[in-house]
This record gives sequence, C-alpha cells and structure tokens, in this order.
Amino acid sequence: MTFSKIQEIIMDQLDKDEEEVQLTTNFREDLEADSLDLFQIINDIEDEFDIKIESEEGLNTVQDIVNFVEAEVAKK
Amino acid sequence: MGTKIVGTGSYVPERIISNEQLETFLETSDEWIKSRTGIEERRISETENTSDLCAKAAQHILSNAGVSAEEVDFIVVATMTPDYLSPSTASLVQDKIGAHSIMSFDVNAACSGFVYALSIADKLMQSGSYRYGLVLGGEVMSKIVDWSDRSTAVLFGDGAGGVLLKHTQGESFVLGEDIHADGSRGHALTAGTLSLSEKWSSQEAEYQYPLQMEGRSIFDFAIRSVPQSIQNLLSDTNTPFEDVECIVAHQANERILKAIAKKLKVSPELFAVNISKYGNTSAASIPILLHELVAEDKLVLGSSKKIVLTGFGGGLTWGSMLIQL
Repeated sequence: MTFSKIQEIIMDQLDKDEEEVQLTTNFREDLEADSLDLFQIINDIEDEFDIKIESEEGLNTVQDIVNFVEAEVAKK
Repeated sequence: MGTKIVGTGSYVPERIISNEQLETFLETSDEWIKSRTGIEERRISETENTSDLCAKAAQHILSNAGVSAEEVDFIVVATMTPDYLSPSTASLVQDKIGAHSIMSFDVNAACSGFVYALSIADKLMQSGSYRYGLVLGGEVMSKIVDWSDRSTAVLFGDGAGGVLLKHTQGESFVLGEDIHADGSRGHALTAGTLSLSEKWSSQEAEYQYPLQMEGRSIFDFAIRSVPQSIQNLLSDTNTPFEDVECIVAHQANERILKAIAKKLKVSPELFAVNISKYGNTSAASIPILLHELVAEDKLVLGSSKKIVLTGFGGGLTWGSMLIQL
C-alpha cells in the first residue's frame, strides 16, 4: 500500500512508467533524478502521508523511502 | 474612484555574465545551472548602484507613459539591496529623476517586495490624495551574493523595473490579494546581518553580509505556499483559471515555477518566464517580466485582461495579486 502510493508519486513527478519504478530502483542512477526532483517527490510524500522528512540523506532507492515512511507512519 | 497601470518599464545593467563565465571561478557547469534553474545568463552591475538602476527604470516607465517626473506624487521602491540604510533608495530616485519633494520610501520584503509595494501603493491611491504613483522593484544582488558559494552565486542577477499608477474614474486595477509573511521561518534565507555595537555590547559581532539560503527549505516553501496563495486568491475572487491571461511570478527558478504549475494542475505555459536572461533579480523580477510582456504586446495595458502577480522569498514573505490591466 505504502509502495503503490509512493510509486504513483514518483511516476507522476518523473513521468515514468510503472515498470521503471520498483523497490530496487535508484533515483539518481536509474531514474536520473536530481536533487530538485527528489525534493518534489519528498514534498508530495510528506503531504500524502502527513509526515515530515527532515533530510533526504540516505534515501537513494524506492525501498529506502518506503522503509522511512513506514517507520514514520508507525510512530504516529 | 479607481487606479490603473498606465506605464511599465525596466532597466538592466549592460554587462552580461554567462554560466560559462561562472565556470571560470566556481565549480559548476552551464549544464548544471541550466537544468536545475533555467538560467543561462544574468546582468551584473559594474558602475551603477540600486538607485541608478531604479532611476533609469523610472525614466523608462515615465517616457512609455508620456508623463513627466514632476507629475509623480509618490515613489515606492521595493529592494533588499539599497544603496544605503539611509537615505532610502526611493529618496535617491526622486532626486535622480527630478521629481518634486514627494513622499518617497523603500519597502523590504525581499523577492516578494514588488507585490508588497504594489499593494501598499494601491491603498495610497485609494485615498484619493495622489494622481500618479511610481512603484519600482530594483536590486543589485551581486553586492550581497557570496561569489565563492556555488549553490547561491549562480542564481542571482541585477536589474530594476516598475509601473506607473494613475488615479482614474472606475475600478481599482487590484481585484484581490493574498499576502503573507512567516518570520518563524525567516532564518532560511538571510542577508546582511547588522550586529550590536562592540562598544556597548558583549555580544560577538557577526559580520555575515552575504546572502545565505537553505535550498530545500526555500524550495519546499515555494512549492507549498505559492500554489496555496494563488488558489486562495482565485477562490476569494471567484476567478477560474480560464479567466487568467497569465501568471507573472517571481523568477526564482524555472523548476520551481513548473512545480507550482504542477501543484495547481495548470499548464506551465500559464507562467510567463524570462529567467534564462536575468537569473533571480529578487524584487525586480516581476516588473522586469511584466514590462517585457507589455513591450512584446503579449499583455496590453487597458485591455482589462486579468493577470496574477505572485512573489515569494526572504522573510519568509509571499503574496499574490489578481490585477486587471
């Protein structure tokens, strides 16, 4: 559930297809996303899940974000 | 009792600095700057200070409107890079253009400055006491930029622009506005700290003149607060996007404008853009762009078309106005 929502946000922001956005996908290497792309994705994820992501450090793959979001949502 | 914009104009310094020229002293590249900001070049002032740029923009506006400097009843200058703390830039402009001893003052709301100044000027005009009011936005950002910081130095440029307001019969050109500041987030974009006197204070003096910006905080702020402000403005005035001819937004970064358009679910084409030539000129960006659109006949003064002006920046400040040309 978390993954599909995040996947949708990334697909929308980067104009990618579903197959291109999988758990192992790396933002910079696989999707050629730059820091501003990542800020936009984080911004949408913060709004979608009503959480705060203070730093983008360590968020390299889709799995990283899914893990982070699930941990934050569990804290609520 | 109403007010109309009867003239626009701008002035930018002659010296063009390309991204390639920045590569010679900063670890950056034309490709990096272009892809992340949309900026290709900017104007940098070598001999003229903010009041000079503003005075030249003012003369351009007056000549376009066919009005003499003696007819102007007040001058408001939006700037965060004045020549002096005092006298105000507006006072210097008054002298330079040869206006009478009319009310002249500066407004500092950083990159939202022009929207703030225009809002104040509209209220002054509504008083009925003034016939012509000159509203300018001018900056020499190159004075406060840290030229060794590649994350900010590539972004800014110098320039000035403005509008002439005239008291008329009928309605005010301002149909609605939504203007804000949030000082609790002000630390995210600072420039020019003035410390207490070492003679009297034990506090250590901080000489922190260059502009400093927390990139992600400002990006986040812009893509959250600006769409919200435009939405509030249009819903308060019952204006659908179809009725908006174009959005003249502060030119901070083309990627920010695209992100704002995406949040608003409107075409990025609705946002006018000229950042490639000037970079971020803070309070000057909106009037420079507005004048460009008027000069190219993309917008026509007196056409009654509706446009949105939207500014955002240090303070943090942000604000949008729906105006009728």
